[in-house]
Amino acid sequence: MPHTSEVMLHVNGTPHRLTLDNRTTVLDALREHLRLTGPKKGCDHGQCGACTVLLDGRRANSCLSLAVAHSGARITTVEGLPRGTDGLHPLQQAFLDRDGFQCGYCTPGQICSALGVIAEAAGGHPSHVTAADGPPPGEPVPLTADEIRERMSGNICRCAAYPHIVEAIEDVAGAAVTS
Amino acid sequence: MRSFTYERATDPAQAVALLGHHPSARFLGGGTNLVDLMKLGVETPGHLVDIARLPLDRVEESADGGLLIGATVRNSDLAADPAVRTRFPVLSQALLAGASGQLRNSATTGGNLLQRTRCPYFQDITKPCNKRRPGSGCPAREGAHRDLAVLGHSESCVATHPSDMAVALAALGADVLLLGPDGERTVPLTGFHRLPGDAPEKDTVLLPGELVTGVRLPASAAGLPSAYRKARDRASYAFALASAAVVLDVRDGVVRDVRLAFGGLAHKPWRATTAEAALRGGPATAAAFGHAVETELAAARPLRDNGFKVPMARNLAVRLLTELADPDASALDHTDPRRGDR
Ligand SMILES: Cc1cc2nc3c(=O)[nH]c(=O)nc-3n(C[C@H](O)[C@H](O)[C@H](O)COP(=O)(O)OP(=O)(O)OC[C@H]3O[C@@H](n4cnc5c(N)ncnc54)[C@H](O)[C@@H]3O)c2cc1C
Ligand code: SF4
Ligand code: FES
Ligand code: FES
Repeated sequence: MPHTSEVMLHVNGTPHRLTLDNRTTVLDALREHLRLTGPKKGCDHGQCGACTVLLDGRRANSCLSLAVAHSGARITTVEGLPRGTDGLHPLQQAFLDRDGFQCGYCTPGQICSALGVIAEAAGGHPSHVTAADGPPPGEPVPLTADEIRERMSGNICRCAAYPHIVEAIEDVAGAAVTS
Repeated sequence: MRSFTYERATDPAQAVALLGHHPSARFLGGGTNLVDLMKLGVETPGHLVDIARLPLDRVEESADGGLLIGATVRNSDLAADPAVRTRFPVLSQALLAGASGQLRNSATTGGNLLQRTRCPYFQDITKPCNKRRPGSGCPAREGAHRDLAVLGHSESCVATHPSDMAVALAALGADVLLLGPDGERTVPLTGFHRLPGDAPEKDTVLLPGELVTGVRLPASAAGLPSAYRKARDRASYAFALASAAVVLDVRDGVVRDVRLAFGGLAHKPWRATTAEAALRGGPATAAAFGHAVETELAAARPLRDNGFKVPMARNLAVRLLTELADPDASALDHTDPRRGDR
């Protein structure tokens, strides 16, 4: 049996057929084979979140996802976020407005993760800080600052831009709720 | 990483058959533990049978009021499941106390149960470790063991099992459903993980080639007050130093039934049967809870640097029991479910 596989990845709307060593992670496929360097390699062990992308619409650590195991998947990286008329996704704009980074290394992962957080909360997924007497199962969970901090805990920022990251996400999550 | 071949299984029986064809094959669930350990050289499979897409991705209510959880249900979906949240809240809470949002989206029920210890020597292939290389020794016993076991450890291994989910399942009295080359069998969760004894290389009683197909929650625990509390080095995204899962049935101030399990203390979720026996039929008071939990933890044999876990576990359990017995007394606290962590 071969140690390589034909892998089909639909990345940011474009299908790519790649022949990859089975050991290749989604992160390495994106960075090394498709030259999408938005997703970053921080720890390569699931501990930092810098590699976060949307895999079939849900946020995941691409460093622990084998490309061959995700053949057929739809993947969204920071490069493929839907853009407004000014060329930026609202989360990108909010990170700029709120100064949500210093070096920026963690930022693509933070933004993809935040996109996942907003969808999960809207879909009624609870978190560790969701109160027992909060929204009933299935109902959207309001994204308070506490909720954002807990749900974003899988994204480490070595520059500790956390307060501004939370503000940026609050801006967009609040707008999503009121619109 | 050792190079490997790959196949995707489409049904459980085929997955078992595919694994049987390769001596060094492993099942691949979400990969969040296996791929990590392959990168570290701790796991060196020559073949992966991908089971993540098996049709075992449903949470179903059984006729008797229990719940059947498929092995490939993702941790995040299980934590959000309405039946789990309303009738088995301890399970939802335990899942949400573990890992990160990203990891829970990938991690499966089966993979969570079978994740390996976070002992630093186990993860470092330049070091001896009886679990990774039987007979090579256990440097943790004299070395970095602050996070490791205080109960049920042996001369050969002092590792802990890292799963939060499994602690809740132990308290709920869940069963693990298995399919192997010789057919199906069911093992109670409390008998699924092992104590290390002189064979720490075996985490569980899973036989070679066996697939976890699901977990069954009994109707007897459905709807009872239950909760999970975890103490860790930071408020989120860290493994348990100690944790407690409780299912409690109190009527008129008397304990009709109680199930208590500890995490972070042993090589397996530690079901506190001594404390449970002491409490059943007795008064549901903080004093009685304290006495019973202390009787259980009298068996603890802390190592040089982890004695703090014993009072930590005691306090987690007593506080959780007290709050479940009398939710009104602690209603004011309920705004911050993390209050016990700090
Ligand atoms: C940074 C980090 C922090 C974490 N923090 C926590 C935490 O706080 N609490 C916690 O509980 N966990 C934590 N985890 C661990 C996480 O919960 C596990 O990695 C995850 O649950 C494993 O599930 P998986 O499906 O990805 O398993 P995989 O990695 O796919 O598999 C793990 C093992 O199980 C075997 N396996 C998988 N499915 C089956 C099956 N159906 N039948 C038989 N064998 C099977 C595999 O062969 C492998 O040996 C953390 C992980 C990371 C990386
Ligand atoms: S405690 Fe167990 S896993 Fe850790 S070094 Fe000792 S034998 Fe290995
Ligand atoms: S690079 Fe994937 S989590 Fe750090
Ligand atoms: S901005 Fe530098 S790591 Fe987050």
